[in-house]
Amino acid sequence: MAGAADLTALTIAQAREGLRAGDFSARELAETHIAAVEAARPLNVMIRETPEKALQMAEASDERLRAGTAGPLEGIPVAVKDLFCTEGIATTAGSHILEGFVPPYESTITANLWQAGAVMLGKTNLDEFAMGSSNETSFFGPVLNPWRRGADDSGLVPGGSSGGSAAIVAAGAATSAIGTDTGGSIRQPAAFTGIVGMKPTYGRCSRWGIVAFASSLDQAGPMTRSVRDAAIMLGAMAGFDRKDSTSAQVAVPDFEAALTGDVRGLKIGIPKEYRVDGMPAEIEALWRKGVDWLEAAGAEIVEIGLPHTKYALPAYYIVAPAEASSNLARYDGVRYGLREEGAELIDMYESTRAAGFGPEVQRRVLIGTYVLSAGYYDAYYIKAQQVRELIARDFRTAFAEVDAILTPTTPYEAFAIGERADDPIAMYLNDVLTVPANLAGLPGISVPAALSENGLPLGLQVLAKAFDDETVFRVAGVLEEAADFQAQPERWWEAD
Amino acid sequence: MAALLQGATGEWEVVVGLEVHAQVISEAKLFSGAATAFGAEPNSQVSLVDAAMPGMLPVINRQCIAQAVRSGLGLKAEINLFSVFDRKNYFYPDLPQGYQISQFKQPIVGAGSVSIEVDGEVREIGIERLHLEQDAGKSLHDQHPDLTYVDLNRSGVALMEIVSEPDMRSAEEAGAYVRKVRTILRYLGTCDGNMEQGSLRADVNVSVRRPGDELGTRCEIKNVNSVRFVQQAIEYEARRQIEVIEEGGEIEQQTRLFDPDRGITRAMRTKEEAHDYRYFPDPDLLPLELTQEFVDEIRAALPELPDQKKNRFITEFGLSEYDAGVLVAEKETADYFEAAAEGREAKTVANWVTGTLFSRLNESGTGIETSPVAPAELGGLVDLIAAGTISGRIAKEVFDEMFASGRPAAEIVADKGLEQVSDSDAIEAMIDDVLARNADKVAEYRAGKHKLLGFFVGQIMQASQGKANPKVVNELLKGKLEV
Repeated sequence: MAGAADLTALTIAQAREGLRAGDFSARELAETHIAAVEAARPLNVMIRETPEKALQMAEASDERLRAGTAGPLEGIPVAVKDLFCTEGIATTAGSHILEGFVPPYESTITANLWQAGAVMLGKTNLDEFAMGSSNETSFFGPVLNPWRRGADDSGLVPGGSSGGSAAIVAAGAATSAIGTDTGGSIRQPAAFTGIVGMKPTYGRCSRWGIVAFASSLDQAGPMTRSVRDAAIMLGAMAGFDRKDSTSAQVAVPDFEAALTGDVRGLKIGIPKEYRVDGMPAEIEALWRKGVDWLEAAGAEIVEIGLPHTKYALPAYYIVAPAEASSNLARYDGVRYGLREEGAELIDMYESTRAAGFGPEVQRRVLIGTYVLSAGYYDAYYIKAQQVRELIARDFRTAFAEVDAILTPTTPYEAFAIGERADDPIAMYLNDVLTVPANLAGLPGISVPAALSENGLPLGLQVLAKAFDDETVFRVAGVLEEAADFQAQPERWWEAD
Repeated sequence: MAALLQGATGEWEVVVGLEVHAQVISEAKLFSGAATAFGAEPNSQVSLVDAAMPGMLPVINRQCIAQAVRSGLGLKAEINLFSVFDRKNYFYPDLPQGYQISQFKQPIVGAGSVSIEVDGEVREIGIERLHLEQDAGKSLHDQHPDLTYVDLNRSGVALMEIVSEPDMRSAEEAGAYVRKVRTILRYLGTCDGNMEQGSLRADVNVSVRRPGDELGTRCEIKNVNSVRFVQQAIEYEARRQIEVIEEGGEIEQQTRLFDPDRGITRAMRTKEEAHDYRYFPDPDLLPLELTQEFVDEIRAALPELPDQKKNRFITEFGLSEYDAGVLVAEKETADYFEAAAEGREAKTVANWVTGTLFSRLNESGTGIETSPVAPAELGGLVDLIAAGTISGRIAKEVFDEMFASGRPAAEIVADKGLEQVSDSDAIEAMIDDVLARNADKVAEYRAGKHKLLGFFVGQIMQASQGKANPKVVNELLKGKLEV
């Protein structure tokens, strides 16, 4: 019988073995995590805890484990970004405007997870409508990163927008979590918290039932403690869904089987354009280390060019707000969520949306409305779409030559709460290395690779061509082994 | 040529273009599985997608695509194998998504044409495009003194917007165009054309100019829901514009509303107040790509359309241009006629349909599809006349009885003993009887007063209660009188 502390440190693969071997029950696993979630409250990781549901699901898992009908994620505690609609459980998208909204339906992705036997711990905090890179824009307050800069006890951001999902896994309060990635919202917080975050190829995972931010970019993915866990979890999440017209009609491969540990003969591209201005030397050094690890494992390193990279961020900050401005029009106070009364219809709209949306969401709705307006549409939206196509072409050209691309995940380590909140542009730079994959619809992963001089986690990113998620896992698995990242944050929040 | 309008300072030409919004006949909505039946309880046909719940996504309904292609082919238009759905963004309580999914730059159907006929003159009216879009819900302002209620049953129902070229030059032409488009869609089974229920409505663009000049500034009259109102709106609007210009004013580009109670149009909003719809491709939907085979299959299964049918009625059945036109205006009428005329003298059947049947249906407010006299029954009646079993005069009586009771003609004729008497012995006996009772008139006739023949025929017909075969009576009577 494993101790409680051990249970919260398990990977999915380890928990799976333990459950099947009867070392512990799904109920014990759930109870331990429910307690850990409670203990992690100072981190503000959860918007809603669902302990009763967790116990109920865990008991059902135990029955299936006994009956020998266990699913691939049977009994595994999962935390769900509060952007996924969950039937009968309030869903907020981190926004005031969805106050009181309880979906009468379950998102395809969460339904797939429950079908696979996973146990829901609750709904995690996030940037409002997934718009942010620090989890500071949430109506429910910022999430704290479990990691600190050594002895400096200032609160750090966990990254965003899937900040709660990242922090809860890093804090040992959930074996795994799911997030969504529109411009880096899985990979960047994974890098900031020392966990694995995987954004699959656009179309792998159904978007049905996920509160939309930018439809052409949004993609759900796993956030876990190991590359293997991410592969196991994605296998349960992915698949064609006729309810999502952009969902791909492709078979779901055995992602776990892709973890061969062998990258011999693979060509790994190193894009020179990802050396962004002002990138700290330690990030550069880590990148070089990643190159060395893969080379040592038998991969061939190839310098490549992705010439339009510098236009990716501006294009992203046109396309994503444009889609968002339209996607968020439905939050109008008429049918569900918040309503602020007004004398006239237009007053009601204005009061509701002014009270319901925070400043960052309002900023993006305004930007999006502007770039789609008559007279500006061609100069902004159309131009951005053209850039998007050029970026996709860059990648196609590169992948004609290489099998995968290696880059750092972020240009810097986790920063302190409030440190960048006043400068949106500086904040947007967080996504500079992750955004191109979203624009091109490519799969990408962040693997924790080292600690910075400040003792904070840093991640390396692997990209591959569309629907070659297997190569992403394969390369990431080798990096993970070489990096052997074992560091854990101190559990300072439990002492409070 | 188009009728010109006489103003105070000379002649004016009115230019009209129409956007017809036609509700697609389909089981389900354009992007959701919710039902589309008219008249259901408010908000009883609303899916999560139609209500724009968070995270809901549209999935295109294949049946609606096929209907749009079918309509395009019926309008002699080119079908675009590649088309794109866009979002048209604006806020309104009956528009749950905050945008309407429509087609802006790349519609499913391109240029086509419709031929109309006004005062015997046939003209081709250009179709610019046909695109698919979602209908909005309905705001109900009359349910509560201070509140507006919203019924989302119609939200997401598929509409085809059929945009004409500005090719019409009078209210009559516009009326003929709307009727013709409606007829074509009803033939195709793609729209029921029911204007009272809002299944078909039109936005009317009107401008005026001096004959031969450039197009004038237009005003758009929104949501006109009958052919009569379309014509009234154009007549009023053209007069209004002429007056404004003749008084030295300028036409302001406006959206206007037609007030059917007063027969006038009123300004709704000006160009400056116009919405900026911020159209952009809907990222929830992939571009719509059709195969040529899909289009060809639909083309192969197209029904006969009104123009073709009219030509066939003229050449095959020898009907007049006019009768053929009347019969094909409604598919139900044409179908009725063809069923009744099968194997019979078509002209006689056409006369019965456009004459007696139409007037009885009109009087009783019944549609031809629910006529108490079925086509086969009308055919049976015509057969009895052709066989000489009943006379034309008796046939009218029989028809009225059929219309009232729904019974077959033969049964009524047998029950009431209305068969025509053609038996010469029986008729001869009646003639002999009449001649015997009118010996004086017989003498007058023989003395040369031949117009008395009518008198004798009348007497004999009366004696037979109208059942004597007039032809036989005439022949026999003449024989007896000439002796």
